[in-house]
Amino acid sequence: MAGKPNHKATETQRISNFSAPSVAPWLKRIFLWLPPLAFLTIAFFWPLARILTLTFNINTLSSENIQLAFRVLGFTFYQAALSTLLTLALGLPSAVLFARYEFHGKSFLRALTAVPFMLPTVVVAASFNSLLGQRGLLNNILHSSAFTVHPFVAILLAHIFYNTTILIRIVGTALSNLDPKLEQTARSLGADTFHVWWNVTLPLLRPAIFAACLLVFLFDFTSFGVILLLGGSRFATLEVEIYNQAARNLNLALAALLAIIQLVCTLIFSIFYTRLTARLVTPLTPRTAQNRRAKTLREKIFVTTFVLVLSVFFLLPLSSLPIRSLFRFEADRGQRGEVQYGFTTDYYKELFINRRDSVFYVPPIQATVNSLAYASATVIISLLLGFPAAFALARPTRLEKILDPLIMLPLGSSAVMLGLGFIISFGRWLTSPWLVPFAHTLIALPFVIRTLQPAITSIPQRLRQAASSLGASPREVWKSIDLPILRRATLAAATFAFTISLGEFGATLLLARPEYPTIPVAIERFLSQPGGLNYGQAMAMATILMMLTVISILIIEKFRLPNAGEF
Amino acid sequence: MLEVRNIFKTYDDKLLLKNISFTVAEGETICLLGASGSGKSTLLRIIAGLETPDSGLILFNGHDLTSTPPHLRDFGLVFQDYSLFPHLNVNDNVAFGLKMRRVGQSEISQRVTNLLNLVNLKGFGQRKITDLSGGEQQRVALARALAIRPRLLMFDEPLGALDRTLREGLLNELRSILHQTNIPAVYVTHDQEEAFAIADRILILHNGEIVRDGTPVDVWANPGSAYVARFLGLGNVFEGEVGARKKDNEWIVKSKYGDFTIRCNHKHARREKIPLLARPSAAEQEANSVRGVVTDVVFQQDRFKVTLNNGFYVYLNEAPKLGRKVSVRVKVECLA
Repeated sequence: MAGKPNHKATETQRISNFSAPSVAPWLKRIFLWLPPLAFLTIAFFWPLARILTLTFNINTLSSENIQLAFRVLGFTFYQAALSTLLTLALGLPSAVLFARYEFHGKSFLRALTAVPFMLPTVVVAASFNSLLGQRGLLNNILHSSAFTVHPFVAILLAHIFYNTTILIRIVGTALSNLDPKLEQTARSLGADTFHVWWNVTLPLLRPAIFAACLLVFLFDFTSFGVILLLGGSRFATLEVEIYNQAARNLNLALAALLAIIQLVCTLIFSIFYTRLTARLVTPLTPRTAQNRRAKTLREKIFVTTFVLVLSVFFLLPLSSLPIRSLFRFEADRGQRGEVQYGFTTDYYKELFINRRDSVFYVPPIQATVNSLAYASATVIISLLLGFPAAFALARPTRLEKILDPLIMLPLGSSAVMLGLGFIISFGRWLTSPWLVPFAHTLIALPFVIRTLQPAITSIPQRLRQAASSLGASPREVWKSIDLPILRRATLAAATFAFTISLGEFGATLLLARPEYPTIPVAIERFLSQPGGLNYGQAMAMATILMMLTVISILIIEKFRLPNAGEF
Repeated sequence: MLEVRNIFKTYDDKLLLKNISFTVAEGETICLLGASGSGKSTLLRIIAGLETPDSGLILFNGHDLTSTPPHLRDFGLVFQDYSLFPHLNVNDNVAFGLKMRRVGQSEISQRVTNLLNLVNLKGFGQRKITDLSGGEQQRVALARALAIRPRLLMFDEPLGALDRTLREGLLNELRSILHQTNIPAVYVTHDQEEAFAIADRILILHNGEIVRDGTPVDVWANPGSAYVARFLGLGNVFEGEVGARKKDNEWIVKSKYGDFTIRCNHKHARREKIPLLARPSAAEQEANSVRGVVTDVVFQQDRFKVTLNNGFYVYLNEAPKLGRKVSVRVKVECLA
């Protein structure tokens, strides 16, 4: 590696001197970095500084506040640890299933387990609500409230649903990279199936399992939408309590204190995670897949059981949401006498009507229009900021090595915290609808840059040199070489930003004006209102959001460069 | 004594092993020699119990082991890439099989120490696997396989990843250890020098069949088929047509290199096509000779490999000039 970048750097210099002799390379880099860094300073570092000053204040650091903070921290740890353990219990056998066995519908099942991870939290929460909630399918079909799932159980299930794919990916990859001869040697030395697992396979997988669990823990630790929508504010994790204090109690100082505690925790976990992943060695030569069909009875039972469990666990919530949005099981508020039970499109029709007693001042479908508008604005802003940064990062110098982790930093802080930062710093402009797309841009920017950068790096300098030696002007080179190659990556990055904005919940809930709700915000409001009609509309909204997200995911998958944008 | 009886194995509808039968006696080392894809590794994995044959039996001292799982066979296994457990140190790698057998702690440490001495790794016990060289790793793998006092040792290209000088040294050590311990061994390799150096008996596998079975000396002297002669690189292998019979066991054969007189104990009919071998070392007292123009001369340590314009090659002690016409006396054997 040492020799190549130098070579490339001189190439860049030569070509840039050739094309634009008036601008020095370092000056060009400053110009590239100016927009993204200015944005980050205003939208991230400044709010972070405000949160910090608010936290380290005698009034904030009262014993009462600190007591509350530790109680909340304790519960956050507890639910995250429990969720992680349960995810491990389902994820580890699933990883073995995908890494070791061949069975019918394998690629479909693998894709199915990956879908929740890409869905907005509100959709996952609504899905579980539509299945297990009080007005959910199971309760209505079994015709009794005897079957009521405790909200905490629903939260745990939703967390497992979300994160199992992480274990399947990380541990599954480690497992298929494992040399099968190690296990065979252990067998020849007298180890039976159990001892091969316990003494050889498991110890070798330990770094991968730890890394995957830590990542799952990190997601569960900062989980917001699932907990708020399935549990309500009684299940106060740090993230939920930040929202409670900021939005309901208007105690910004306490919210800031909680946010800082959470940030410190996630930073520590992230450092551990980075250390661990550095130890996950990947073999230089990819091993040929050792997949085979189940042979012995024990293997057959294992494969059949887990294929069934995974299919049911992942298909039920995903399908119950659209089903519940199309069926009426209870009378709406104010409806008496003859009520049409069964199939109905009322919940969708109702979205277009502006009712006076409804929770909005506008027809609910307006939320969809708002969401699409916010998402489009996010796409434009994040591309405008992401392109210069990606171009600078594509040919890194020492400057980029410092700036690269800096621009990824917003990933480490939670969405609610970003929203809190905006409220504290830009409280004056809260009436403006522009805060939302900027907050969304902050979250989307790292993903946009990480999608664009490999594509830009992949454009060979020789192509540009060849084109210019054939007489193409710099602008023509850009048009004929860079643009066609970048078009795919740009589309993928744009869709990434679009999807993130569509599903963003934590920051939006704090920042969105009541008259400009987004789809996730609307779903939250519908769910927090009583009555079958509101519930049905929440289901309909969530179904719309799910469809929009699935379409976006399919577009990303189509245009993404292979190997770009992994965890 | 290991007995392999009528083993058949197909993989992806391809017949990989066809009716393989052989035995390995107490203290005997046999070599399965073959090109890649000949089925030799599959055969080894079947003996180890890592794969099951479609039909046929694996017997040890008369007991049928065909359906016995690998961890109950007491067969030691050594792979080309050592397959040492990277999360254990040298001691724990060697002790692995003993722990699986619940041998007492004091006996384990004593046996591990003795084994490390045997493979010349005294004092290496606490080292990490990743700190060892390839040769040292292979010694650990050997010690680990020996630790369980196996009834049979199996090697799958054990020296394939090592460089030449290291390979020769380790090969000698391995041979002396095998003789000391008197454990029967099956050794799979594609390298004929290795096979000839270590084996008491060589089995040559080709397309899933044993095409030659004999001691190294016997196999070298009587390859028995054109494939074996070519595979072992014994010399010029070509086809001849049987002509007139000179004596009881002497025929005249025609070939692209000229007419030769061969001695053969088999009966041959006129016009029959038979495979012939002409070893490249010049033999002055032979009656047969090959003529041609020298097109290439390669220096090979103590001799020159001389190639003629008809493709025939021969080893000579002195280098002839390029373009010179030469006539070389050679011995021609019948391979049928």
